[in-house]
Amino acid sequence: MNKPNKNKWTKKHLLSIEELSAEEIQIILDYAERFKEVLARPIPKVPALRGKTIVNLFSEPSTRTRSSFELAEKRLSADSLSLAASSSSFKKGESLVDTAKNIEAMRVDMIVIRHSSAGAARLVSEHVNGSVINAGDGMHEHPTQALLDIFTIKEKLGKINGLNVSIIGDIAHSRVARSNIWALKKMGANVTICGPKTLIPRQIGEMGITVTYDLASALKNADVINVLRIQLERQERGLFPSIREYIKHFGITKEVLEKHAKKNVLIMHPGPINRGIELSQDAADGEYSVILDQVTNGVAVRMAVLFLLNSIKLKSGENRIKTTAKTV
Amino acid sequence: MKLKVKAKALDEAGIKRTLMRISHEILEKTQGKEDLAIVGIRTRGAYLAERIAKNIMEIDKKEVPVGALDITMYRDDLTEIAEQPVLHSTDIDFDITGKRIILVDDVLFTGRTVRCALDELIDFGRPASIRLAVLVDRGHRELPIRPDFVGKNIPTAKGESVEVKIKETDDREEVLVLE
Repeated sequence: MNKPNKNKWTKKHLLSIEELSAEEIQIILDYAERFKEVLARPIPKVPALRGKTIVNLFSEPSTRTRSSFELAEKRLSADSLSLAASSSSFKKGESLVDTAKNIEAMRVDMIVIRHSSAGAARLVSEHVNGSVINAGDGMHEHPTQALLDIFTIKEKLGKINGLNVSIIGDIAHSRVARSNIWALKKMGANVTICGPKTLIPRQIGEMGITVTYDLASALKNADVINVLRIQLERQERGLFPSIREYIKHFGITKEVLEKHAKKNVLIMHPGPINRGIELSQDAADGEYSVILDQVTNGVAVRMAVLFLLNSIKLKSGENRIKTTAKTV
Repeated sequence: MKLKVKAKALDEAGIKRTLMRISHEILEKTQGKEDLAIVGIRTRGAYLAERIAKNIMEIDKKEVPVGALDITMYRDDLTEIAEQPVLHSTDIDFDITGKRIILVDDVLFTGRTVRCALDELIDFGRPASIRLAVLVDRGHRELPIRPDFVGKNIPTAKGESVEVKIKETDDREEVLVLE
């Protein structure tokens, strides 16, 4: 039996990895391990959040993250409901704060939010009394994705400290990259990023990471390669000349891996994959691909986050979103 | 408020003898049937379960599967306890369906912990039966739960506390009543 983590969780919201300490990340990883065991039980469900109500507010399309949160909530016996942008009042022009306050009026304990604007989760957290979880805000952060990524790395390689992790692709527009860089740096990994110059923010080297535009050198010593999705709409804006050009220089294929990477390098991808573009068929389904493990672990990691946010001791009644929130 | 020691209810030898007697009683009640399994409630109940299994191995040369339950995720008072719960692992690596389970804990008090353990255990399968073995029964039940095997009955006042110390977790062996 692993020693339980005695460090205390004190955060009410999960808004970014940037504001977490290494200890806090470790607490989440330790709890996620326990919840992974729960998911392997004959009845993979525990009553820990019975009676709690959680709303998933997704103003951007999502399959993995949303279903993962929904499953995590069900596995913890919470009551949850999901609102998608296309079918909600977002479409009618209701502001985010108004939507959140209307939801809080229904006596909700937690809000999981994905939004196309950076800072959306923080904004909501300032106007409601319950806990808020950022499920992706614009190009800012996607904390639970980074947590499940490092959980998967630790599960497969036994540690994070000292590992070489290369993140390949569109770094500039990627909240996954940003959250991953924070998480990996805090846990002691050496991070290299690689992609076309136009897709790498100029100041990013200041985060204490290695920047390269040459795929071979990014792959050379990597223990883990995290391949990001290329958003095809970026090409229309002229950020890279053509898809074919991108594949030629940055596409990860079995051939490229055999030529440049370590033999047993882990291949990760946050999904959804553009097969044959950033990642080839044979690399995505290859022996060292842990892409589906990432998805499995996502549920356990999100259970850990929901459990921990719910467990903090609040002044009586404060952990329920009040119906009398102040107006803005 | 700091509690002070009122009495020592069991010492190291006493704990050893008591667990040995419980082990004999378990074997007597189950008549040496093959389908016995022992599950302890974390933290101390899990270690006591291992000791009972070891005793049974000594007495009957029979290996009994042992498991450990962490009931944190089944508690009904998560919002009431001041300290953040420490999550341990639940380890039951055998199929409990059809087994005669002996559930082991150190102290039986209100019965709420046992209720959680029953809920959790039943989510793992459908045992033939579940019996309860405790080192100490200190009374004050709040639920209709009773032990089948008791090491020692210690009548206590509600404000008192019973502390079980065992080597695996505390570097000493004793049962104390505090007031």
